[in-house]
Order: sequence, then C-alpha cells, then structure tokens
Amino acid sequence: MKGHRSAVIDFDVGLRNLDLIMGCERRVVYDFVNVINGEANLNQALIRDKRSDNLYVLPASQTRDKHALTQEGVGRVLEELSEDFEYVICDSPAGIEHGATMAMYFADDAIVVTNPEVSSVRDSDRMLGILASKSRRAENNEEPIKEYLLLSRYSPERVKEGEMLHVEDVKEILALQLLGVVPESKAVLTASNSGVPVILDKEGDAGKAYMDVVERYLGEDLPHRFIEIQKKKLFGRLFGR
Amino acid sequence: MGFLDYFRATPKSGKSATLAKERLQILVSHDRLEANSPSYLPKMKEELIEVIRKYVDVDQDAVSVKLEQKGSREMLELNVVLPD
Ligand SMILES: Nc1ncnc2c1ncn2[C@@H]1O[C@H](COP(=O)(O)OP(=O)(O)OP(=O)(O)O)[C@@H](O)[C@H]1O
Ligand SMILES: [Mg+2]
Repeated sequence: MKGHRSAVIDFDVGLRNLDLIMGCERRVVYDFVNVINGEANLNQALIRDKRSDNLYVLPASQTRDKHALTQEGVGRVLEELSEDFEYVICDSPAGIEHGATMAMYFADDAIVVTNPEVSSVRDSDRMLGILASKSRRAENNEEPIKEYLLLSRYSPERVKEGEMLHVEDVKEILALQLLGVVPESKAVLTASNSGVPVILDKEGDAGKAYMDVVERYLGEDLPHRFIEIQKKKLFGRLFGR
Repeated sequence: MGFLDYFRATPKSGKSATLAKERLQILVSHDRLEANSPSYLPKMKEELIEVIRKYVDVDQDAVSVKLEQKGSREMLELNVVLPD
C-alpha cells in the first residue's frame, strides 16, 4: 500500500491460514515447501495480491512433516526473495517450535504481537529471549534483531476499569519500543470472514491502527492512537451522527 | 509520578490488572533466569541441598541455590540459613 515490493511468507507448516486471511486461498497451487524442495520455483508459488500490485503471498505447506522447513532451504528462499523484494515478511506460528524458529532465524527486524493478557505477555518475553540468542544475527555476533511491540485487542475502557493491563505496563515488562496499539474491534473478524485484510478498512479503528503501524515502521513519527477512551464528539452527538 | 501519568487511566490497586502486572514482573524475571540456566540445575540443586542436610540440620527451604549471570560470568550462589 506504500509502494514497496513486499512478500509475505506463511511459516505455519501444517496449519495454512494466511492465504485465507488474505483472500487468495483458491489460487494456491504450490507452497513454501515445494519451493524449498525444488518442486516449484518462486514465480510459480508466489500469489500476487488482487488489491495490491506490490504484494505477494507465499503460502504454507499443509504437510504434517514438522521439519519440512530446513534452515538451509529457508535461507535459500529468503536470499532469492531479497533480490526481488524490498520487504520479506515472515509470519511466524505461535509457540517456540520449529516453524517459529525458522521464521525468526534470518530476521533483521521482529514485530512481537502481544495481547494485553498475562499468558500472551509471558510468551512474548520468551520469544524475545529466543530472538536474542538463537537467531543468525546472534550466532554471528552481528548487531541484534531490532524488536518492536505491537499490542493488539486493546480496550481502553477495560484498562480504565483496571481489568486490563495498560499499554505502558506491557511496554515496561517487555522493555520494547511500541510500534502501535490495535484496539479490540469487530472489523477484524469481519475482515477475516471476507478475506479482506483489515488494513483496507480505512474508516475503522483497527484498519487505521494498522496503517499507523506500517507508517511508523517506515520511519514516520506518528502519535499513538486508540490508547484513550474515545468520547463521542459533542458535535457528533448534537447532530446525531 | 510523571506528568503524563496524571492523564493515564490509573487503575485502582486491587484490580485484576494490577495483579496481572505484579505476577508478570515476577514470572518474567524468573523465566529469564530459567531460560539461561542449564537443564541439570534443578537436579544439582536438589543434590546440593541433600548433601548439606546430611551435615547440618536445616529445613529444606533454608537452602537456596541460585544461578546468576553477570555479563559473560556465571555465578552459583548457595545460601544456607543455619539454625541458631
Ligand atoms: N484487534 C482485534 N480485535 C478483535 N479480534 C481480534 C483482533 N486481533 C485479532 N483478533 C482475533 O484474534 C484471533 C487471532 O488473531 P490472529 O490470527 O491474527 O492471531 P495470531 O497471533 O496470528 O494467531 P496464530 O498464533 O494462530 O497465528 C482471530 O480470531 C482474530 O479475529
Ligand atoms: Mg498467525
């Protein structure tokens, strides 16, 4: 959407879903593992997004073989992609197993998506530990992976009631730079139901929050939104909008 | 309290979010220690405690074994509270 040639790879081997969220599930022919095994080349496997000319999706394999992603193979594909794309986004599965380690191993930057919930924050801290010790950059003693926090499903109302962790608390516990806060929003489910990424919803809060995230990541200095309770605007009320 | 904190929706203490934060702070620092320690540590701890108890009559929880990491140096801290 910002004009950068980008590819997204689904690393969730065995549980392919990114294609569904992106609305391209019926155009999947070859997948990531096919490319690694040389059964297809990248051009055959990459699916071009219908809405965004610069965006391509590389779907996950549905194989049950957990170790279908070899480090050497993943490295090779990423290397090839980086010749043609400005940004390669590796969508990591949950957990600390093989798929997740493969998704993070070659990373330059990491966006840790967390919910304001104890289990999610704790798991994020574990992931940060792995990012800092088991990545290629760590192993080669290079500059560490840049880490960012993306807090999702945030509800300022519940924070005010003391029922939800405050974004500042999560930031403090994880000691991360905040890339953005995405509010809890019905638009997210609507978006996944219809296979249209929520960022395309330009009116909704979640869509705006994700666009902010992209712009901040690309270096713009935007104030954080959706952290405070949004009051109905006085004029909005007066004129019944 | 910082200037900005004043505007923060300050949750009242005793609410579950405060509890969540406290639990997380403890948990996370514990996790970090554990993640950086070798897997034999729990067994070694147990055996160390056993040896000490063979010579000194102390409670199980009077002995604490901690592995700390300071830079590249690892420190094993053994703490025994002896009876009066
Ligand atoms: N801001 C939001 N508001 C409401 N629901 C949300 C929001 N963000 C995510 N969800 C819901 O939470 C669920 C998980 O979201 P998502 O698949 O993005 O998480 P994930 O971390 O990628 O999960 P996985 O680990 O399975 O890959 C989905 O059902 C989604 O609709
Ligand atoms: Mg996911």
